[in-house]
Amino acid sequence: MDLYDWLLFLHVLSAFLAVGALTALWALVLSTRGATPSLSPDSAMRFGRAGGILVGVGMVGVVVFGIWLAIRIDGYELWDPWILASIVIWALSGWAGGQAGRAFAKDPIGGRRAGIRFQALNSVGLFVILVLMIWKPGA
Amino acid sequence: MSVLASIGGDKVNFPLFLHVLGAMLLVGTLLAVALATAIGWRRPDDAVGLGRFALRTLLIGVVPAYILMRVGAQWTEAKENFPDGFDPAWLGIGQITADAGALLIIISGTLSGIGLRKLQRGSGVGFARAVGVISILLLVAYLIAVWAMTAKPT
Repeated sequence: MDLYDWLLFLHVLSAFLAVGALTALWALVLSTRGATPSLSPDSAMRFGRAGGILVGVGMVGVVVFGIWLAIRIDGYELWDPWILASIVIWALSGWAGGQAGRAFAKDPIGGRRAGIRFQALNSVGLFVILVLMIWKPGA
Repeated sequence: MSVLASIGGDKVNFPLFLHVLGAMLLVGTLLAVALATAIGWRRPDDAVGLGRFALRTLLIGVVPAYILMRVGAQWTEAKENFPDGFDPAWLGIGQITADAGALLIIISGTLSGIGLRKLQRGSGVGFARAVGVISILLLVAYLIAVWAMTAKPT
């Protein structure tokens, strides 16, 4: 395996970590709705904290290794529209994810609606980035 | 992912998208099961609630995600029009992890069904833990699959 193989592997692995952990957080949101949630508040907070950290690690990894790849691969440039758009959406998505984490941590019940809204924004952003990575419009 | 997409041109984009999305959702739901099991191990007082969450997530999330991943994989392979005898190691690793994964998911699904019934009576934490361990094994297998799909060893 050369450097390119490693970068691609780590880039894709980070994407799996970010989307995977976000999926786990949606499972948490679904299981804690209603008057009698299946998880205790303390366990839900532990799960949410761990999931949030994993999303963050994945988000950082995906952009670091992605930019590194774009610089290294001939034919791709950071200012290619689909790459530039991905970076902008990544930043907005990351901001939304941070806000979601803060809303849930501050007040898991009162901040739930805001947390879900920001988490949805985070998820839509990652979904659009996945579409851009596969179709690469303008490449 | 961008390099993965460039393999077969535009005609594989949609099947590849479904394959990657399904794989990400599969990893996510398995991660939820594994994480709940790990927390439940450290917090025995809430092991029943966490176990119920893990088993439900497996039944509701893992199976559909696996189907999406597998259908996307077969569709992508069909669209690629690989020549006869084309059998690289990376494709073989992907198929082995997917097929072995299917077996483990069926076993986990069965254990989850039994475990959920037992958890209603306050027992069955062992089933949740067994499913959690299988989920961790599956995550390791899919880590190898992601490596094979990206590094493409010959």
